Amino acid sequence: MSEIMLKIYSPDPELARPLNVLKSMWLDLKRARPIAWRLFVRDFSAQYRASFLGYAWAVLPPLLNSFTFVFLNNQGLLKAGSTGSSYPFYALTGTILWQLFSDSLTMPLAALQQSKSILARLNFPRESVILSGLLGVMVTLLIRLILLGVMMMVFGIVPGAGFLLFPVALFALCAAGLALGLMIAPAGMLFGDVGKLLTLILPVWMLLTPVVYPPRIHGLAASIAAWNPVTPLIETARASLTAQPLDHLPSFAFMMVLSFLLILGGWLGFRIGMPHLVARLG
Amino acid sequence: MMNRTHGLDALYQDEPPLVRVRDVGKIFCVDLKRSLLYGLGDGFGELLARRSARKSAADGSQALRRGEFWANRGITFELKRGECLGLIGRNGAGKTTLLKMLNGLIKPDEGIIEMRGRVGAIIALGAGFNPLLTGRENVYVNASLLGLSKKEIDEKFDEIVDFAEIGTFIDAPVQSYSSGMQVRLGFAIATSTEPDVLLLDEVLAVGDHSFQSKCMARISSLIGRCAVIFVSHQEHLVQRLCDRVLWLSKGTVVADGPTREILARYLDSGDDRLTGIPSASLHANIASASAVMSRREIHAGDDLEVLLEVNTSSTESLEEIFICLIDGTGKYVCRATIGLQHSMTTDVTTRLDLKVRDLRLKSGTYLVQVLAFKDGGKAQLLDLHCNERVRISSPWISKVEYQPRLDLKILE
Repeated sequence: MSEIMLKIYSPDPELARPLNVLKSMWLDLKRARPIAWRLFVRDFSAQYRASFLGYAWAVLPPLLNSFTFVFLNNQGLLKAGSTGSSYPFYALTGTILWQLFSDSLTMPLAALQQSKSILARLNFPRESVILSGLLGVMVTLLIRLILLGVMMMVFGIVPGAGFLLFPVALFALCAAGLALGLMIAPAGMLFGDVGKLLTLILPVWMLLTPVVYPPRIHGLAASIAAWNPVTPLIETARASLTAQPLDHLPSFAFMMVLSFLLILGGWLGFRIGMPHLVARLG
Repeated sequence: MMNRTHGLDALYQDEPPLVRVRDVGKIFCVDLKRSLLYGLGDGFGELLARRSARKSAADGSQALRRGEFWANRGITFELKRGECLGLIGRNGAGKTTLLKMLNGLIKPDEGIIEMRGRVGAIIALGAGFNPLLTGRENVYVNASLLGLSKKEIDEKFDEIVDFAEIGTFIDAPVQSYSSGMQVRLGFAIATSTEPDVLLLDEVLAVGDHSFQSKCMARISSLIGRCAVIFVSHQEHLVQRLCDRVLWLSKGTVVADGPTREILARYLDSGDDRLTGIPSASLHANIASASAVMSRREIHAGDDLEVLLEVNTSSTESLEEIFICLIDGTGKYVCRATIGLQHSMTTDVTTRLDLKVRDLRLKSGTYLVQVLAFKDGGKAQLLDLHCNERVRISSPWISKVEYQPRLDLKILE
């Protein structure tokens, strides 16, 4: 090490020099990658080491969830209406897509909470915790996509040219969840209320989103879905997979760009907030 | 003391100090809920690139909001490569807060800190260990958190396992390790990072004796290459490792200077762990009691003479007396006892001349505690401290467990 690195800590806000902040964000992201990988391997192997069902835990929740809705629909308790493809597949796709969004949303707070002790004691690029959580979300998604592929064959669903958009749509869902998750994480670290509120709100939000039913045309449900930011993402993802018309492309594109901007903002907030959080958490 | 500094001074004299701390202060809040709200506000404020949400006080510094206090204030020092600075002070004096600021975990509210080079901090050994994973897996996780690349860890792996004396257990889950093994592994990883600045917080408070001396050797060898800040309540370790000592009390610097001088002042001031111990607890029937030493400075091998005076409000029989010596860390290092049959009556002051024979302790300042019991040693009559600490000068540096003889003379 010939060049000796100088670090300065002072009460001055980092954002007074925005270019420096962007540069250090980029550098930290680079430094964070190998650490994130280590943390991910640690969490991943530990998670399944003390468990009988192991990887099955990735697919059990969406399976059970969609079974519930299939049952309700079969018994006439829920009127999903015309879904284009067979309803069980429709419900499973919707559930898996929604869970990608909700996993990405809850991940930052959960990952930070879990790493509280090392965050308070060790100085390492904090981004690694989020990146490692993101890897976890990806792996879970991958296992679920395998299930989805099997189901596509079972139900004889043939994707069209729109299929090329499917990975982009998955990306957008994850980005939207991450953006929101990053923004609430600092407050959630300080106040337990945020996490509790999240577990309360997410199921309701899911029911208000066209996840297990097609979007309505009239009524309150229709206007809620129209203003619901997740609607275009879920609809586009599912339509691209099942060769349905892509009706929501403009709002989808808008949501995607917005998500990326919000991720940058959330990341900035998370970086700036971290020393304040550590000071309060001890 | 090792004679390392002179040669190294010449080697590093052109290098700027690795640690430069100027007038640094940090504010904390006693009330948790309020503290969390302030934290949220400060975070948002900074996002808007505001310097601080606090108003300025008359003297230009920051005004404290409700419930806030300065956990650190006006701290200034510099440290070069090859130097070792000891940080001493009671619990809550702000030592860990300062280390956390130096490590960049929290931001100062005042002043400026400059750190040059790679900073290695052992603030929590084994932080990040996952109990379900094997030692090997944990080494990789922990070392990468401390900033080592996979290649560097591969190279140092055997050395780490050797130093930690983990052997074949390295492939067993950390869950099955003893706490000593975990600490050893944590220390081995943390010191393998070859830092320019090393922050050590109470690292040697755990682990057995042989491991402690091994750690001391490792730290000594590191001091040659980096600047070390060493926090410890064990003053003999501070004395062995540090050239200089910074004494903190209530977040501010009381003194900064050569180890021997500052440490002696610190121990004499009573600003250590013993201050919190209540100085007397008397049985309801004891009207008053006092214990006075004849001399407050003795040499090792001398007798320690204590005059005990007791007045009772009813007749009590005195059956057993203990004299205990407590060192600066709050540890009982010596206990002498004698049995007797003495009836104390209300009209007479009981005066006892107690002599602890041939006291063989290492140099330092000790608190002397006198305990008295009745009913065959079952019921306590009194527990009080001598008026002053006793200062022992001694050629011995290590402690030997033994029980000195206690002699007693009842004075009429």
